[in-house]
Amino acid sequence: MIVEIGHFALIFACCVAFIQMSVPLWGAQRGLPALAAMAAPAAAAQFTLILIAFLSLIYAFVVSDFSVSVVANNSHSLKPLLYKITGVWGNHEGSMVLWVLILTLFGALVALFGGNLPLGLKARVLSVQGMIGFGFLLFIIATSNPFERIIPPPANGADLNPLLQDPGLAFHPPFLYTGYVGFSLTFSFAVAALIEGRVDPTWARWVRPWTLLAWCALTFGIAMGSWWAYYELGWGGFWFWDPVENASFMPWLAGTALLHSAIVVEKRDSLKSWTILLAIIAFSFSLIGTFLVRSGVLTSVHAFAVDPERGIFILLLLAIAIGGSLTLYALRAPLLKDGGVFAPISREGALILNNLFLTVAAGIVLCGTLFPLLAATFGYSVSVGAPFYNLVFGVLITPLFLVLPLGPLMAWKRGDLPGAMQRLWVAEAVVVTAVAIVLTINSGAHALAILGLGLAVWLVVGALVELADRLKLFRAPLATVWNRAINVPRASYGMTLAHAGLGIVLAGIIVSTVWREERILRMNRGDSVDIAGYSLQMTAIAPEKGPNFLADRAEFIVRRNGAVLAHMYPEQRFYPVQGQKTSEAAIRTTGFGDLYVVLSDEKSEAGNIVRIYHNPLAPWLWGGAVLMVIGGFISLSDRRFRIGVGARRGRAAAPSAAPSAAE
Amino acid sequence: MLFLQGAGVFAVEPDEMLADPALEARAREISKELRCLVCQNQSIDDSSADLARDLRVLVRQRLVAGDSDEQVLGYISDRYGDFVLLRPPVKPATLALWLTPPLLLVVGAIMSIAYLRRRQRQGAELVQPLSVDERRRLDELLRPDDDRP
Repeated sequence: MIVEIGHFALIFACCVAFIQMSVPLWGAQRGLPALAAMAAPAAAAQFTLILIAFLSLIYAFVVSDFSVSVVANNSHSLKPLLYKITGVWGNHEGSMVLWVLILTLFGALVALFGGNLPLGLKARVLSVQGMIGFGFLLFIIATSNPFERIIPPPANGADLNPLLQDPGLAFHPPFLYTGYVGFSLTFSFAVAALIEGRVDPTWARWVRPWTLLAWCALTFGIAMGSWWAYYELGWGGFWFWDPVENASFMPWLAGTALLHSAIVVEKRDSLKSWTILLAIIAFSFSLIGTFLVRSGVLTSVHAFAVDPERGIFILLLLAIAIGGSLTLYALRAPLLKDGGVFAPISREGALILNNLFLTVAAGIVLCGTLFPLLAATFGYSVSVGAPFYNLVFGVLITPLFLVLPLGPLMAWKRGDLPGAMQRLWVAEAVVVTAVAIVLTINSGAHALAILGLGLAVWLVVGALVELADRLKLFRAPLATVWNRAINVPRASYGMTLAHAGLGIVLAGIIVSTVWREERILRMNRGDSVDIAGYSLQMTAIAPEKGPNFLADRAEFIVRRNGAVLAHMYPEQRFYPVQGQKTSEAAIRTTGFGDLYVVLSDEKSEAGNIVRIYHNPLAPWLWGGAVLMVIGGFISLSDRRFRIGVGARRGRAAAPSAAPSAAE
Repeated sequence: MLFLQGAGVFAVEPDEMLADPALEARAREISKELRCLVCQNQSIDDSSADLARDLRVLVRQRLVAGDSDEQVLGYISDRYGDFVLLRPPVKPATLALWLTPPLLLVVGAIMSIAYLRRRQRQGAELVQPLSVDERRRLDELLRPDDDRP
């Protein structure tokens, strides 16, 4: 019964979406406020209905209602409760409902917090959101209905893939989708602006918080997925340039470019058409990603197994959304007149460079992902893997990283490049020192590793020096510095954290890849092995039983200079229902590296095969990503953004919230 | 249903490893460039499939026989096709792939420069030279204080 309620709610939501996409737009175009005002209630209603549908789907999973076919295919009565719930989005149908839930959530948030938006803009934005919602709801109902029944119901379900029964992967999709779908809102804003034929700094101030929110979520989602791969897949790899990973990376690159481009629109009334185009591109990449993952055209460790009918439907949605928006752009972009003038060497110029490199990078990733497909249609079988991407992407991103710390030090309109480089002398000195130290310790190190490490140091120290410069640290009395520190807009701190976080991620990537150590050998009980200054001894190995699996479990004692530091318990698991094996690596993380022990399923008289890795600075990969997300959130909390969001409360406070001229 | 590579995704096993560490290091690097043909997007260095193991052994055999890195890769791609190479070879069929990155960069750069030029021209048009009266007034204002009456 509850499942039927969910089903009706879903269909009803589709109807509401149809109203939401047509009526307010008509009202806005014709100047009929009553019709335009229908956008907000429609968005709220749509979200409520989808929420009902989603909750009823969760209910079906939690009570293990195997008459619902998606539950029967993906769940099992013995599964732990957490994974019954998170299993809702571990399959194609359920994850599409999650997708639409987040889409309508964003629409409802605009309806709720958009009190300050001009009615016409709000109506148009929500109607474009409605269009997207309508398309996807039609797709769900027609081809991927999660509420379909299976009669007679099976006695028990087929269980969830054991690899998904893991906290990291359980929560990875919601964050990722918040990112992807968050860019739908910037897309809606962009298309609404094109329909209106006007982009002004107020629009940019409106768009920036939503872009930041989506970007933070996407960064976190990607980092989570990468971290999951690292600890779950058993050999310490964290990025494989897999097509589905690329599908999340492309919107991230475009979204980062969008974020920075919107700053120029807001502060300098320039780069308008670029920003609009980036907003369209970012969401287009999200849509392309959705298509690639679900249509079955790709071979990937991630891809959902779906039939071509769904692929064609999504392709149609893609064609309409992307084709339509780009056509609108081609027609209306000339109407967007830029305001401020600027010299090529300036902060605007640096941000244009940023746009250029990030967009080209996204384009390259797209090209590499699609090329095998295109080649296959012509009968040529080819692979594009990590070696290609590492080479091309690495070459492209290096100049961007070189310029990055200089950008914030350049003034708007006309920047002083030699002056900026001079203000960064501390960072330059630290880089040279760091490179010299590394070369002394490890003279045989590969040139690229040194370059990468130098860049990482440059990014981190550069960001810190910029902050010090802004606060006039070491140049003015402490009272002045403190005064500046409190009054500087939060977005500056956000920027420093985010840029420094990026440097830390880069350091993590370079060091953990180049300087990792490994030992692969057969071990018996009592055997010892040395790695990176640690001594590991295997002291036990025995079978164990879990809620829905059987395992072989080993115990290792980690010593350094004779003192016991830790016990580690790697496992090799077997899930009988799906007949699948997984390996649970034992990882010991310190601030500066990971000790990583993996037990193989191969046993013989000579012992078990054991793989032991030491990954220096691996935790910095995810620590850095988290720093970037925190930086994003700090920027999001900047008071200046609240002018656009709920300033109804703060009319009197408006003068104090006005943009500071110093920025 | 989400397909994910199952357990046991390990690399080289101890009995495959060569005695000579330099050769073994080369073997590992070469393995990272070769695709596991029965897996979904993994290198033979990362996969536990039997075919991956066979290829790893083959790579080591060729290295011991004295082949250079390129010769080993060529030997294997001759037998399994270009699909087995994770870095696509540069040949007419793959030019579209290899040329796209520099092409995108060049096109993007041209568009950026064109945009910058257009902005500068527009900016120059907005600025008109001062009239005689305005110039006189400006000089007046800029005169040092002690010069003023």
